[in-house]
Amino acid sequence: MSDKIIKGVSVTKEYGGVAVVKDIDFWVKKNQFLTILGPSGCGKTTTLRMIAGFERPSEGHIYFEGRDITDLPPYMRPINTVFQKYALFPHLNIYENIAFGLRIQKMSEKDIEIKVSKMLELVNLKGFEKRKINSLSGGQQQRIAIARALVNEPKLLLLDEPLGALDLKLRKEMQIELKNMQRELGITFVYVTHDQEEALTMSDKIIVMNQGEIQQIGSPTDIYNEPENAFVANFIGESNIFDGLMHKDYDVSFSDYRFECVDAGFGENSPVDVVIRPEDVKLSATGDGQLSGVVESVVFKGVHYEMMIQEQDRSWMVHSTDMFPEGSEVGIQIDPDDIHIMCKEA
Amino acid sequence: MLKKIASGPYLVWILLFILIPILMIAFFGMVRIDPETGNYFFTSDNFKRVFEGVYLSVWTRSIFIALKATFICLVLGYPMAMILSRMDVKYRTIAVMLFVVPMWMNFLLRTYAWMTILGKNGVLNKILTFFGLPQMTFLYSEGAVLLGMVYNFLPFMVLPIYTVLSKMDNGLIEAAEDLGANKFNSFRKVILPLSIPGIVSGISMVFMPAVSTFVISNLLYGGQYMLIGNLIEQQFLVVNDWHFGSAISIILMIIILLTMAIMNHLSGNDPEDGGANLW
Repeated sequence: MSDKIIKGVSVTKEYGGVAVVKDIDFWVKKNQFLTILGPSGCGKTTTLRMIAGFERPSEGHIYFEGRDITDLPPYMRPINTVFQKYALFPHLNIYENIAFGLRIQKMSEKDIEIKVSKMLELVNLKGFEKRKINSLSGGQQQRIAIARALVNEPKLLLLDEPLGALDLKLRKEMQIELKNMQRELGITFVYVTHDQEEALTMSDKIIVMNQGEIQQIGSPTDIYNEPENAFVANFIGESNIFDGLMHKDYDVSFSDYRFECVDAGFGENSPVDVVIRPEDVKLSATGDGQLSGVVESVVFKGVHYEMMIQEQDRSWMVHSTDMFPEGSEVGIQIDPDDIHIMCKEA
Repeated sequence: MLKKIASGPYLVWILLFILIPILMIAFFGMVRIDPETGNYFFTSDNFKRVFEGVYLSVWTRSIFIALKATFICLVLGYPMAMILSRMDVKYRTIAVMLFVVPMWMNFLLRTYAWMTILGKNGVLNKILTFFGLPQMTFLYSEGAVLLGMVYNFLPFMVLPIYTVLSKMDNGLIEAAEDLGANKFNSFRKVILPLSIPGIVSGISMVFMPAVSTFVISNLLYGGQYMLIGNLIEQQFLVVNDWHFGSAISIILMIIILLTMAIMNHLSGNDPEDGGANLW
């Protein structure tokens, strides 16, 4: 018995001959918070819907605790979903919305009452039992949707961009609340979002998807610090990506300068992509860095300044708390462990 | 200001063609003419007569057959509306058109068509004879009237239910399934309750014309079969008792208004929700 609660094996989904999800393998460990991250149309929602059972994979299998559930209808899966548009039942009040799944299980009225009021407490909406759905704000509806799913004590909770419709402040609050709920209840979460910050904040593990394919699977720090390709580097935070040449292990050159780096295994004299995060670039007043350039623009971002530096024919984005005025010449300093090497994409 | 001016013609229209006729009918119903002096005098005789034994049986028969027709339309119409709403968009428009097209044809013509199908030498009996079976009487029966009603009024049941079903958020059905409801439970607990506004307007749209029709019963049963509509027609055109005819009309109008009020109340919908006011 493995600790993988859900596993997808070479899962493909096609609509009219067009593959939306292309032969992906994934798994989620028990009690993990997994996020599927990607731009819209990358196949992340389709993947979630296949786990929920609303879509049947064109090819491949999905296993739940080792059992093949590929052909199981949604109502027979011990999985619940929080939908993007909440999908609360407008003809039922809040109590009945939350009780919906319990009534299907034919639970006794007394137990239903206990569970529903416990859930309402959990989502901070006690006393709302008799209210109608359309009398709630977006944030409150979101909480009811979460309560309605969690009350069934699913082993796996799927969340399809559940915070997408909320304003920024509420979204941040709900991110923390969701993470806390997941920890307290010990339920496995699979969360779909296109918001990289959300993914980095909440997840134990992130799957980055693009155009139906998995780009990278890893912890938030792995994904941020060691992006496997230019897509991930660009999608997760901002990056400077340059063409470079890997002479041998730990030795890369770009911009006519040979840098020491910490990456190996790319072969000799192979062309690579070099990724440098804007906050990893150190600027100095005069030419004491490895490279030098001219400040093109300065924008104040609150915590830091965002500066564009022109260095030969390359444009560098730099985040720094020290400001260098526009037009001034600066030295660019990069430490070996801030240089990330990636294979060139075919 | 512009709104007020623009609504002018409609107000005139309502006044001339709806309000004044109703008031006239109400007036006719409440008076009779003294045969000696030729003067109008107010009386409740017309209304009392409406509830006399002979006519009471016409009332019950009319209401009963209208209820039957409404029920059959609902039982047939709901699954039809459901199939229509689930159809691929490509074919859906055509299928809905097929439902609506017969309504473009004259109502009388459509009912006459049934006469030629059901008649003694009609299409159905020809088919029976072809297979060596004995001829049957289809026309001039209550069944024929019922058939005529269902045929003519079915679209009025299908369309409002179809509208509600096709507007329904598919996410709600998925949510129900996600929470453990199988097809039957998600129909019973989500789809059906959410389509009640459509059912209610369908029932009203079928019951109203069914309870007041006289053409269908006239053509498919013949003169001896009396529905309320026939009774009113007879009073106005044959017996020439406009006062009694008006009294029946008023009572019929009250019955229809009452059923609509009850239906609207049953649907339990806020008027702002709009679902029930599809027509």
